[in-house]
Amino acid sequence: MNFLLEIGCEEIPDWMLKGALEYLGTAIGDLTKSPTRTDATPRRLVVRTEGLVARQPDSEERVWGPAKSAPAPAVAGFAKKQGIDAAQLEILSDGKAEKYTYVRKTAGRATTEILAEALPQLILKTPFPKTMLWPGKGGARFIRPIRWVVALLDNQVIPFEIADVKSGNQSSGHRKLGANRFPVTYENFEEKLRENFVILSSAERKRRIEAVRTEYKQDEELLDVLVNLTEWPTPITGNFDPSFLDLPGEVLTTVMKVHQKYFSVSGSNGHLAAQFVAVTNTDGDPDGLIQLGNERVLRARFNDARFFWDTDQKHKLSERVQNLANVTFQAKLGSYLQKTERVVALVKELGGDAHAERAALLAKTDLTTELVKEFTELQGIVGGLYARAQGEPEEVATAIYDHYKPVSMEDSIPRTLTAQLVAIADKLDTLRGCFSIGMIPTGSKDPFALRRAAQGIVKIVVEGKLRLPIRQLLSGDAALEEFFFDRVRYYFREIRAFQYDEVNAVLAAGSDDLVDVEERLTAVRQVRPTPDFEPLAASFKRISNIVKQAQLADVGFALNAVLLEAGPEAELHAHIVAIGKVLRELPDYPAKLERIATLRPAVDLFFDKVMVNVENPAVRQNRLALLHSVLTEFSTIADFSEIVTTSQENK
Amino acid sequence: MSQPNSLTLQEMILRLKQYWGERGCIIQEPFDMEVGAGTMCPETFLRVLGPKPYRTAYVQPSRRPADGRYGDNPNRLYKHMQLQVILKPTPADVIEQYMGSLEAIGIDLRKHDIKLEEDNWESPTLGAWGVGWQVMLDGLEITQFTYFQQCGGLDLDLIPAEITYGLERLTAFLQGVDSVYDIVWRPGVTYRDVRYTDELQYSVYNFEAAHVPTLWKLFEIHEGEARRLIDLYADSTEKARYPLLAAYDHVLKCSNLFNTLDARGAISVTERVGVIGRVRKLAVGVAEAWVDQQQVAA
Repeated sequence: MNFLLEIGCEEIPDWMLKGALEYLGTAIGDLTKSPTRTDATPRRLVVRTEGLVARQPDSEERVWGPAKSAPAPAVAGFAKKQGIDAAQLEILSDGKAEKYTYVRKTAGRATTEILAEALPQLILKTPFPKTMLWPGKGGARFIRPIRWVVALLDNQVIPFEIADVKSGNQSSGHRKLGANRFPVTYENFEEKLRENFVILSSAERKRRIEAVRTEYKQDEELLDVLVNLTEWPTPITGNFDPSFLDLPGEVLTTVMKVHQKYFSVSGSNGHLAAQFVAVTNTDGDPDGLIQLGNERVLRARFNDARFFWDTDQKHKLSERVQNLANVTFQAKLGSYLQKTERVVALVKELGGDAHAERAALLAKTDLTTELVKEFTELQGIVGGLYARAQGEPEEVATAIYDHYKPVSMEDSIPRTLTAQLVAIADKLDTLRGCFSIGMIPTGSKDPFALRRAAQGIVKIVVEGKLRLPIRQLLSGDAALEEFFFDRVRYYFREIRAFQYDEVNAVLAAGSDDLVDVEERLTAVRQVRPTPDFEPLAASFKRISNIVKQAQLADVGFALNAVLLEAGPEAELHAHIVAIGKVLRELPDYPAKLERIATLRPAVDLFFDKVMVNVENPAVRQNRLALLHSVLTEFSTIADFSEIVTTSQENK
Repeated sequence: MSQPNSLTLQEMILRLKQYWGERGCIIQEPFDMEVGAGTMCPETFLRVLGPKPYRTAYVQPSRRPADGRYGDNPNRLYKHMQLQVILKPTPADVIEQYMGSLEAIGIDLRKHDIKLEEDNWESPTLGAWGVGWQVMLDGLEITQFTYFQQCGGLDLDLIPAEITYGLERLTAFLQGVDSVYDIVWRPGVTYRDVRYTDELQYSVYNFEAAHVPTLWKLFEIHEGEARRLIDLYADSTEKARYPLLAAYDHVLKCSNLFNTLDARGAISVTERVGVIGRVRKLAVGVAEAWVDQQQVAA
């Protein structure tokens, strides 16, 4: 049997459709034990599946009653309780005694019954980030009020009620172009919707938008929003007065994308064209009214932006520094002026020059401008643009412009060294400050985006190849160090795709210089596939365990060359000394690692032929000291005992 | 510039009132005190509390001191007009009714693009929040649509729909004018003729002339009176006739004084949270007492 569920709802926020469908698809898949197909528009969540059985299989169960010797009333009582006639009972042995018994047959429940019972709760449990209650206390909770429900099993209505709405076979079309109610079947569902100006498939809605002839700038994020905001998307192209192109492209693009959800359009020279693409939820704009309206709105927005731009020029950024005293950074951490002072000092400490200091001083002043108050997402960028317009050196302007970067792990790092230092100082100050007052992110709660800040520092330091003493910069705050190095691990594992054991091994051998960490990681990744590497790593693990189990005093014991036994032991020692000497002269980490790997035969032979825990304490101590020297000499690039070898994984 | 057949501002207001009046709303007149939004009027703030159904619609001139632009900016006003509709509880066809109201003022929705985009609402000073949308007409936000969930810090018994039309924007859109000051109020009279002077003088007052110590003094006086009335309610022996509405007037005074002080730049960001908290406390106090009083009266 086929199954169709359509939850008709008032407009669901575009970004919530995906999560809701994932849940519904899985929950209904689990319930029906069938693969589901899910679709959504702003006004409907749809789940379909096929091949359901009409009812669950019948079941049989033997029920045992009183013993054969029981008095008649007891037998009659048993039969009555089971809802059968006493004559239907038989007498059988359950293995111990003869008893009255019968086989109870239970008919399998009809699928429609199971669904009718389960669906209301299943639907209301859809996880949305912020739900509402309606029509009042004791009512239902969902993302917005549910207004209709289609629930069909082989085109028979699965009867249930959810928040006063009865399930049925009546769907609803586009708010203005379609019929308010019309019957549907499993087979004609999509076609009926289409007749009523609803395209159920999001892929098809996307294609309709992409079909616009204007060459708009690709923007997947915006495209997805528009696909999820429309049931019958039709793109239109509008124009604006080219004189607005005097405003910075960043401002124009932000107004179009963030405030108006328009695609911007590239001109022939790579700059913006005086055009935009809006996506309507209609089947066209025959009188051009929609285009006209959108153009007028955009004109007002651009006029606002120009007005703000002009107003802001009346006070230079340098005159705005003191105003930052009135802008709170965080109640306990003071104003942005105080933050600015700290960041300036920090930039100096990081080795920034006069340009860097100047940029740090001006970096937050755009928070007092009208343009940033209006378009908060342009903070930093506006500061950079104003700095340039006000004659600050290019180096300073770029640093201000870039100092919030990277805003995500996909974003690039600031373009110049000056900008990188300002960006690091700003983020570091936020981290230090928040940790010092106990504002430490937990779970999903991270209001100051500290994870992003830490992640940003890691990315800048590594990709900008900045040699900075990280631990010192974290000012010895243990919680902050732990938090920060979680981000370091995350970065190398998830963004740079190093294996987790490689990251552990390399960080265990020193973590203060992240550029060096990266070089060592790259070397380990490069040398790892060579035949000697993993077996040697296994030996290191063994050595490390032996040393760990030994008495501390034994390990600390200095090596006495005289006590070395000729053969494998002396040979291992000779190898250690020889490789140790060469190592210092080798140019790079891969070469060093390859050389260390040549230790393997000697180590293997040692373990093969030599016993460490011998009776003679002096010899035992000496052997432990020998092994310990392997660890200390050769674990400066990576602690190989952290490497998970193939043989270990197979276990 | 004006589009043929488009309504004047006053015609539009009359049509909307007519429309909602026909749908069971009490057509109220504007509240006679300065407020920042139609939501703050007792007709909304107090009426949405408690289990009694209610429907009302009214125009509320709303003052936002910080938004004044001396009459220079074509889209920003110190005082704008909201048409506020409260439907408690929300009828199941509320959105269809709302769309009908747009048709009633001459918008052929088949020829326009209308979208409901998520926009949740929260008022920290009123201890109120709700979820809903901004209604976008050809890219212009013309209405805020909110399902209230809490008011005065209290969960609501019946969830009302609040529909707030921005009248200047909507009219400018319909009349096809780029500046609100060019709106035709009645034939031959523009919005500028009627309102420019308010915009100019109040901008001067709010940004330049308001005497900060006096405003603070007024704030404290109104706060004190509201506080006194709220505190005495608990022990009142004649609860049903207790003047909570008067207490609420003083809360609204505080709210507007706060907004003026804020526009004047007299409140630092750190202080801001504290002052908002003081107003909120009063609003919550009135709301709680009001719910109690309604029960006593019933």
